[in-house]
Amino acid sequence: MKLLVCVSKTPDTTAKIAFKDNNSAFEEDGVQFIMNPYDEWYALVRALEVKEAVGGSVTIINVGPAANDTIIRKGLAIGADSAVRIDANPQSAMFVARQIAEYAKGEDFDAIFVGKETIDHNGSEVGAMVAELLDQPYISFANHLELDGKVATISREIEGGVEVAELEVPFVLSAAKGLAEQRIPNMRGIMMAKRKPLKVVPPTAFEDQAVVVSYELPPAKAAVKMVDPENLDELVRLLHEEAKVI
Amino acid sequence: MPDHQANGVKSAREDRFQGHDYYNIDALLSDDHLLARDAVRNWVKQEVSPIIEDYSNRAECPYHLFKGLAEIGAFGPSLPEEYGGGGMDEIAYGIIMQELERGYSGVRSMASVQGSLVMYPIYRFGSEEQRRKYLPKLASGEMIGCFGLTEPDHGSNPNGMITNIKEDGDHYILNGAKMWITNSPVADVAVVWAKDEEGIVRGVIVEKDMPGFSAPEIHGKWSLRASITGELVFEDVRVPKANILPKVKGLKGPLSCLSKARYGIAWGAIGAAMDCYDSALRYSQERIQFGKPIGQFQLTQKKLAEMITEITKAQLLAWRLGTLANEGKATPAQISMAKRNNVHMALEIARESRQIHGGMGSTNEYPVMRHMMNLETVLTYEGTHDVHLLITGLDITGLNAFS
Ligand SMILES: Cc1cc2nc3c(=O)[nH]c(=O)nc-3n(C[C@H](O)[C@H](O)[C@H](O)COP(=O)(O)OP(=O)(O)OC[C@H]3O[C@@H](n4cnc5c(N)ncnc54)[C@H](O)[C@@H]3O)c2cc1C
Repeated sequence: MKLLVCVSKTPDTTAKIAFKDNNSAFEEDGVQFIMNPYDEWYALVRALEVKEAVGGSVTIINVGPAANDTIIRKGLAIGADSAVRIDANPQSAMFVARQIAEYAKGEDFDAIFVGKETIDHNGSEVGAMVAELLDQPYISFANHLELDGKVATISREIEGGVEVAELEVPFVLSAAKGLAEQRIPNMRGIMMAKRKPLKVVPPTAFEDQAVVVSYELPPAKAAVKMVDPENLDELVRLLHEEAKVI
Repeated sequence: MPDHQANGVKSAREDRFQGHDYYNIDALLSDDHLLARDAVRNWVKQEVSPIIEDYSNRAECPYHLFKGLAEIGAFGPSLPEEYGGGGMDEIAYGIIMQELERGYSGVRSMASVQGSLVMYPIYRFGSEEQRRKYLPKLASGEMIGCFGLTEPDHGSNPNGMITNIKEDGDHYILNGAKMWITNSPVADVAVVWAKDEEGIVRGVIVEKDMPGFSAPEIHGKWSLRASITGELVFEDVRVPKANILPKVKGLKGPLSCLSKARYGIAWGAIGAAMDCYDSALRYSQERIQFGKPIGQFQLTQKKLAEMITEITKAQLLAWRLGTLANEGKATPAQISMAKRNNVHMALEIARESRQIHGGMGSTNEYPVMRHMMNLETVLTYEGTHDVHLLITGLDITGLNAFS
């Protein structure tokens, strides 16, 4: 199995979020970045498990600047065999998907794994776009994958139940919680990662049709209101008039 | 080493630790260093934090962590890969120790002893045969090792040791006793320092099933309760000559091992200090008294400000020492200074942090008192605080206060 895993960089969950340039761009200064957990914990680890079971290779791909090499190195330390970085500063999911599809076209991957979303923009777009551009089937939010030869059985959670699909390679899937379990790289892996190939590829020209105009922070949470335990009428009134839940 | 599973009750408290880097020292670190730190920090959060309060409460050693430490690569990370080491540099080794001690000093002890006090002397002073026989198994955790230098009557003054070896054909006969030996009751091999017939200190590798050798446990510690400590007792133990470390004679053998381990402790103490500071900083924002967070009181701010200042200084000291160590230039006296300074700093911070936590600071809801109790031992082992002052004293005056 020749597998491709798309990995991206996201701010650490504890990062303080701020914007610059008239709220049109994310302020990256002082922000700690991590590999997107859905890519790392589920997509990459499941791809590695498949490779370990049936043989083959796992390549990781990232569309981004040289600063992303730290995240790529982590993917190699966890166990990917090689990496590709499309050297660009992506502005949209479409741009990223184009670059990945362009690269994948020449490579005949049996399957492409992405995380179900990044934990910053929560777009859930790249996987579907890549599948479309490659004209391959796409299963989103996969939380279970079995492979039998060229046939994959993939489950995904749906409202109130589980949907099971069967399809043949090649395909694209987006990984949700449950698909695999986080692997912590060990020191040997970290050192081996230095010797694994990381290919830097120039981007294909592409005009973005959508432009981000601005970002906004969610409204600050209102303070907690304390109600005297004796004053039940006041509690009911607040729930009714202010919270509007009863 | 029998197979062990984690037991006991898991803590419900989430480990919310975040690293602290006031002077952007991260910019001085490589990708390897950052990856190693991230990996060990995650491992500690998953494997150590949820169980450690319970194990220390019960004064039981979480033996199953030996396997985990081996898997993550914490045993001998700076030894060459061909012997099962990680091939990493000294700063990476320091960072691994920092992250382990952030979780628990005794878990760092497990790794310090195995890596710096057992694997290192076998690598540095052992024959090729000894290296091949022991190092890969020690790196993989298949074998647990311990280091026997301290004796009941000879702690700070190891040169007075009475444990001794006498030649007998192709064997040495080993007699004597060692005290306060980390991991001795569960060890498969012990690197033991003993005097030969000429009174020269030699290192021998003693295996656990050699007749006449026993390792009873020492009970009742209020410090490092989840780390097992014991004695080593040798009664006419016949050790094959092939088990002597051929490449070193004299006290510089054990002392060079201690330099390695002390170097790791200089980093490790920063981990414990950061955990105490991190907890205090968070508590000071959450705990309300007199209608405001206690972090708003000037006296609390003074404590917190001094803590982060001292942590930052210790980080710079460790980083510089690591850089010197990578160049092969860190002197034993420089390592001694960093061990003393950083452990003392961590203990002071643990005490101040305990105060900020008020009564809560005395419970196992917070990691602070546990770190504090552990650091009392860290201040003493690997050369006491006072002995390290005398090492610096000797280095700067040229006058020996020991003799
Ligand atoms: C939990 C634990 C684990 C340990 N693990 C190991 C291990 O794995 N292997 C090992 O070999 N050892 C180990 N040790 C032993 C440790 O290194 C010794 O306890 C330490 O070296 C001090 O020796 P001592 O306890 O005999 O104290 P002493 O040497 O008796 O010291 C008592 C006090 O006297 C002071 N003192 C002594 N000499 C002087 C001097 N010349 N001038 C001024 N003050 C002086 C000391 O600073 C100290 O305050 C461990 C100890 C503990 C507690």
